[in-house]
Amino acid sequence: MKINLKINNINRDIDVEPGEVLYDVLRRCGFTSIKKACGTSSCGVCTVLLDGMPVPSCSYLAVKADGHNITTIEGIKEEADRIGKFMVEEGAVQCGFCSPGFLLTVIAMEREIENPDSQGIKNYLAGNLCRCSGYEGQLRAVKKYMGVSE
Amino acid sequence: MKEVNKSVPKKDGMGLTVGKPAYTEDLAPQNALTVKVLRSPYPFARIKNIDTEKAEKLKGVKCVLTYKNVPRNIVTRAGQGYPEPSPHDKFILDEYVRYIGDEVAAVAAEDEVTAVEALKLIEVEYEKLEPVLDFERAEGHPSIIHPEKEAHEMFPTGFNPSKNIAAEYHMSFGDLDKTLKKCDYVVSERYYTQAQNHTAMETHSSFAYVDINGRLNIVSSTQTPFHARRIVGEALGLPLDKIRVIKPRIGGGYGGKQALHGEFLVALVALRTGRSAKLIYTREEVFEATYTRHPMRIDVTIGADKDGNIKAIDMEILSNTGAYAEHALTVFMVAGSKTLPLYNKAEAVRFGGKVVYTNHTPAGAFRGYGAVQGNFALEATIDKLALAVGKDPVEFRVQNMIKEGETSPVFKIMGEGTEGVDMTVDSCKLEYCVKRGMELCGWKDKYPRKQIGKNKVRGIGSAIAMQGSGIPCIDMGSAVIKLNDGGFFNLMVGATDIGTGSDTILAQIAAEALGVSTDKVVVYSSDTDLTPFDCGAYASSTTYVSGNAVYRAGRKMKGLIEKAGAERFGVSKDEVEFDGEFIRTKDGRNSVSLSQLSTELYYSNKQKQLMVCESFCGEVSPPPFLAGFAEVEVDLETGKVDLIDYTAVVDCGTPINPNLARIQIEGGLVQGIGMTMFEGVKYGENGKLLTNNFLQYRIPSRKDINKLTVEFAESYEPSGPFGAKSVGEIGTDTPPAAITNAIYNAIGVRVTKLPVTPEYILMELKKKMK
Repeated sequence: MKINLKINNINRDIDVEPGEVLYDVLRRCGFTSIKKACGTSSCGVCTVLLDGMPVPSCSYLAVKADGHNITTIEGIKEEADRIGKFMVEEGAVQCGFCSPGFLLTVIAMEREIENPDSQGIKNYLAGNLCRCSGYEGQLRAVKKYMGVSE
Repeated sequence: MKEVNKSVPKKDGMGLTVGKPAYTEDLAPQNALTVKVLRSPYPFARIKNIDTEKAEKLKGVKCVLTYKNVPRNIVTRAGQGYPEPSPHDKFILDEYVRYIGDEVAAVAAEDEVTAVEALKLIEVEYEKLEPVLDFERAEGHPSIIHPEKEAHEMFPTGFNPSKNIAAEYHMSFGDLDKTLKKCDYVVSERYYTQAQNHTAMETHSSFAYVDINGRLNIVSSTQTPFHARRIVGEALGLPLDKIRVIKPRIGGGYGGKQALHGEFLVALVALRTGRSAKLIYTREEVFEATYTRHPMRIDVTIGADKDGNIKAIDMEILSNTGAYAEHALTVFMVAGSKTLPLYNKAEAVRFGGKVVYTNHTPAGAFRGYGAVQGNFALEATIDKLALAVGKDPVEFRVQNMIKEGETSPVFKIMGEGTEGVDMTVDSCKLEYCVKRGMELCGWKDKYPRKQIGKNKVRGIGSAIAMQGSGIPCIDMGSAVIKLNDGGFFNLMVGATDIGTGSDTILAQIAAEALGVSTDKVVVYSSDTDLTPFDCGAYASSTTYVSGNAVYRAGRKMKGLIEKAGAERFGVSKDEVEFDGEFIRTKDGRNSVSLSQLSTELYYSNKQKQLMVCESFCGEVSPPPFLAGFAEVEVDLETGKVDLIDYTAVVDCGTPINPNLARIQIEGGLVQGIGMTMFEGVKYGENGKLLTNNFLQYRIPSRKDINKLTVEFAESYEPSGPFGAKSVGEIGTDTPPAAITNAIYNAIGVRVTKLPVTPEYILMELKKKMK
């Protein structure tokens, strides 16, 4: 079946299988920044933004996204570079596999919450797992990026 | 030092963060065949009959592999040095399947849907065999898990498959029984640790293709590309010159990608079909069919005299290696060899035990590599003994622990599968680490406990740890440095960056040795055709072993540059020096920039390529040290334990890149915390792993981590590159003991089985009240 996705502001008509998940469709279209780690929407690695809100693309049916706006890292290069710089300078990136999904969630948080504190940041990003970093470096980087002092 | 001990941004950091295509699956050709594996539904069975005809006839299926049509060469997938200490007990595919998840057959098809469909069409008739599911009853069980006549050990390791024993080892010095008898205080305890899963975010992935010269190319998420080449060659019966292994960026390893998973199958499919073929594990496959940490039962007895001097230590282990014996002997030995030297004044030490086969998912290398399990048992028992002696456990440790300039007989007796090496510990700031850690965590105020409201108690606990820096006399790393016109360098290393940042820190070491800035060093790593050999990313070896090779190469290249400068000026080499940008005569009369000199060297004046290769194989393995402190809060009503604070003070010698060293420690701590508090492993009655996804198997989330405090001691290891030792594994070691010691100090319950669960705590609290 055919669906229409507006991916990073470009409209595309795409043939999908009824059971196909958004992750597979986007990878197939060449958006390789999206990674998959669990397949059960438990880790946040495959996060994309759907109308600006983070969703786990590994478990989100592509047909459900018909007519919606999808944002991947490829579509917000400048914002990604800006946050990425804080991450790298803090030494918060190790294997990097969870970074694209993490960055997209940070961007969604930034749009949604004004002046979050440490706990607010942790709560918002709780669904984004990372096995390398121990999380503290990511928190330091996000706090610096968002100007959170406590 | 200008370039080391400096937090240079990770070279691949930006690219990875913003999602550039870099990992195995990103790089696989669009038209690659998809390989899927049919896995055993039984813990132990023999394939009586397997019919693949229907699967082969399905449109889009290009190749079906079973034990009947693949080479039958027995290997170990462990990914260790050669000869391997792990027995050869694995065929690519076999008529026996030995755990739920073991490979039965593989299908390669045009797409994933077809491959999955084809798996369903394979008809298998199994003869079910009685499985061995209880590792404490594995030895001498009527079912023999490895009856195949080809199974063998490479050198004596106690391998006895007829009794389901994968390895056995015993050592002792002093008279243990006599010494224990003379002790005023003797305590014992039995501990159990679980089959923790690595859960690297990138699942195990590989793809293969045959290149224009007919050579097999494998791109793999591996920690050991050179071992992978050797083992693929051995398993497929292919000469090594026909194989190239390339490691792209890796989405986490922690030991889980030291072994081979999938490489054999994609290689066979590529060779048979002439098409590229990829195999990307699902999360469920990672849980069920890769590796775990070796579950162990550890019995520890320690004795001390009336003044609290430790006199005798006994550690007896039963380790469960699952269906295949990858890393069986060595992980078990490290449980002793990288814990017992901490208390080096003991006059009598005994260590020994067995590693048994069971019909569970195989165990393998996992960050800490036995030292985590051993540390849990030893350091919990040390706390118990300190209490018996009537001393503060931290003071008790300081009284007994190893100090700078000292040695331990264990170093010489125990290596990894072989004898060890005699060494003194030339850098050991453990005492500083302990004292600084006490200050940072507020030990004096908080020990042992504080009541927080009616139903909550906080406790604080500690543990110390050591690891190694590579396997001495075995692990080798090498480095090539090439000068280019324009005055920049290529650094080619076999060392394998799996997300650790090793490309960056090796570039820093090269830059420091050359006297140039790190951005002048372009790194290319881990390609068996293009980079020199390296054993790979394991055993905490990269900074020390590969780093020393890079250091040597850098110094040698500096010498060549000065020599070329001297020739240009027509003076002797002694009269010339290179300051990182210019080559000058010491009298100041002549000077040329490196950029100018290198361009002349390649185009116009005394033309020649400047390139060096150096290697390093350690004669010793300097241990990094760590003092860890955990503060927990126990809810007496629910049994829930929260980790309030974890403090770690680390002696890793010179941290080459303090930011990257810190995140290595933080990440290691959280993996240790996960093992202690969250990562429960459950099996069904038939041996099926029930905790095979992130819903059932809970790794720590950021909300579970309240506060980590990490500091580094000022330390300099004379044999390390610019004073560095390893930092990759040590962070994982202390949480099990420090957290369970804190729980004991809070509520008087000694946790002896991991992970800690509210049920366990509540039951123990109830028992205490009776």
